[in-house]
Amino acid sequence: MHSLSHLRALEAESIHILREVAAEFQKPVMLYSIGKDSSVMVRLAQKAFHPGRIPFPLLHIDTTYKFGEMIEFRDSFVRSIGADLIVHTNKQAIADGANPFQLGTSKCCGLLKTRALLDGLEAGGFDAAFGGARRDEEKSRAKERIYSFRDKFGQWDPKNQRPELWNVYNGRLDKGESIRVFPLSNWTELDVWHYIHLENIPVVPLYFAKPRQMVIRGGALIPLEHDMRLLPGEKPETVLCRMRSLGCTYCTGAIRSEADTLPKIIEELIGFRRSERENRVIDHDQEGSMEIKKREGYF
Amino acid sequence: MSVASTTLTIEEFLARHESTELLRFTTAGSVDDGKSTLIGRLLYDSKSVYEDQMQSVKDSRINRSSGAIDFSLLTDGLRAEREQGITIDVAYRYFSTPRRKFIIADTPGHEQYTRNMATGASTAHMAIILIDARKGMLPQSRRHTFISWLLGIPHLAVAVNKMDLVDFSRDVFDRISGEFHEFAGKLGFRGVTLIPISALDGDNVVSRSERTPWYEGPALLEHLETAPIASGQNFDDFRLPVQYVIRPDLHFRGFAGQIASGLLRPGDAVMALPSGRTSHVKTISTYDGELLMSRFRHNRFVSPSRTKSMFPGGDAVHPDHIPHASRRLEATVWMSQQPLEPGRPYILKHTTHQVSAIVTGLRYRVDVNTLHEAATAARTERDRRRIARDHQAPARTPTGATAPRVVSSWWIRSLTPPSAPV
Ligand SMILES: Nc1nc2c(ncn2[C@@H]2O[C@H](COP(=O)(O)OP(=O)(O)O)[C@@H](O)[C@H]2O)c(=O)[nH]1
Repeated sequence: MHSLSHLRALEAESIHILREVAAEFQKPVMLYSIGKDSSVMVRLAQKAFHPGRIPFPLLHIDTTYKFGEMIEFRDSFVRSIGADLIVHTNKQAIADGANPFQLGTSKCCGLLKTRALLDGLEAGGFDAAFGGARRDEEKSRAKERIYSFRDKFGQWDPKNQRPELWNVYNGRLDKGESIRVFPLSNWTELDVWHYIHLENIPVVPLYFAKPRQMVIRGGALIPLEHDMRLLPGEKPETVLCRMRSLGCTYCTGAIRSEADTLPKIIEELIGFRRSERENRVIDHDQEGSMEIKKREGYF
Repeated sequence: MSVASTTLTIEEFLARHESTELLRFTTAGSVDDGKSTLIGRLLYDSKSVYEDQMQSVKDSRINRSSGAIDFSLLTDGLRAEREQGITIDVAYRYFSTPRRKFIIADTPGHEQYTRNMATGASTAHMAIILIDARKGMLPQSRRHTFISWLLGIPHLAVAVNKMDLVDFSRDVFDRISGEFHEFAGKLGFRGVTLIPISALDGDNVVSRSERTPWYEGPALLEHLETAPIASGQNFDDFRLPVQYVIRPDLHFRGFAGQIASGLLRPGDAVMALPSGRTSHVKTISTYDGELLMSRFRHNRFVSPSRTKSMFPGGDAVHPDHIPHASRRLEATVWMSQQPLEPGRPYILKHTTHQVSAIVTGLRYRVDVNTLHEAATAARTERDRRRIARDHQAPARTPTGATAPRVVSSWWIRSLTPPSAPV
């Protein structure tokens, strides 16, 4: 009797999905967010099409509020694996002065992420887009199919999802419709880190603990980048911390941590009793906020 | 994640965790049988619930349970569902013990959402069917059991829940057990286990309860940790449905796919279907290096020395173990929403390949409550139907452990040549 270990079983499932999409769709693209999940997804794509190149481009939606370290990592990583990268920004909104400090996080996110994403997908004429979302991240994500159907406006209807049986996926579309594909659906945060460790996958250094300049606001540690304005009484502090998930600087809270190696991160994670997105400001704007954003077209 | 025992170093933990298996299971039952409570309890007792999630459950204004914590809130996801108090779509949950990692597909109980239930159940190794001890088997229990079988789930665990409300009565349990075996016995699952539990109080969920001294079987979690995952694999009939052809340069032509059954070694003869051309495997190459052998469920690239006749959607097989090919097949299908119409073309998705197919006739339909097969021409939801394919390519009927396939919006339990009884 023979069965795969859980990581190899997850890997096999993801690779199967990646190939299936590449074979079935006219113009797939992989959303590349620079984070750890994207790193894993890219590695799986390398495996799926080895010794060929990854047969679709990577698309990064750049809000311009990312960490400098993320952009540096992105450029060198993508170059090192020889992939094609498309960077898309909602330039209009930026020119009009969109920023999280004045618009509030949910409106800012709507313009710089959701809108930019929909525009970026449309500009490229992509009919399938891979995303690195995992079902364990958040409750509404947990209900999403592997092939998540989107209407002409890129919207998700959680009440009316297609059946999806075994490993047979329904990718049939009418004009203008598209599919978001989640090859990492069944991975957990721990699986992702474990796999990164096992496979020696490069990730952004921000995930590792070191002393950083932070503002403490509402209990969250917010990095001092991109003209972050201090409120009266606030002052920057040097905190030994790391990012548990990466987004825009303002919306990515750091956690206090001494974990500066992969095993230490994993060790920390096992001891963790708080969920990953808790430090991300966006999910907390409103109860059920992630679901609302997803219906509007967010990943 | 109770694995983080202080006696293990992180390196030891990682080494051990690397070899743990993955078991996927699904939970089904009628509304209010206690499914969400059971899952909440499994997550909570295996320490897989995060503090902030637990806090938001404690803070919630809703508590439909009689206890201090409404565990069902840990799993009820979407807003609309919260308002209505029922799980509408599939929700996936994750937890692990030192022995296994688990993925739970928490599926909706309500009849109108059965297709979501089927979605969640299709990838499961095991289905847990919940039955309220006070109510016994309901039409939904039969329906879910039948669908679990239709989807090819090998193992069934029946959790007879709310035993606390029937004084942990052995008679009640035995009666339900008898009724269930009588029904499920006709279907032929590989294993059926009934367990008396109280999801609310935790009896026989994680550990055996003293309140059911008459029960000698395992607690539910124990059962989940020990049920066989890999049984029923076929090592004889090599089958590789080709997903993708890789041509990085003129000298290399690789056929990518997941081995559905059998073994493969460099030098093996392989036949491409449907063309029937034979060649030999030059290498089995992967990102992680070349392999001497590859087997079930591994994603591999095969680089045969000659053949140009394989394409995505085709199959690579061993020439001595050729699958039966036919343009007609008979199948038990289960349909959603619209009735199946004989004579109308449908799309049949078969691995990475799509062909059009026509239903030539309906043989009988199955009553899920009794499992009687009534000869019929009527179009109802769950029928056994006959399908003929209207396409050049012959249908390749799997004799091995290939996954069942989809026909448009309805599903086939098994593909068999029309001559063989299903
Ligand atoms: N007494 C008792 N009540 C239970 C038990 N399991 C669930 N319940 C209650 O039954 C109701 C329905 O449970 P829920 O988990 O929401 O059912 P679901 O619709 O199947 O998910 C809730 O009020 C639970 O507190 C049990 O073992 N014993």
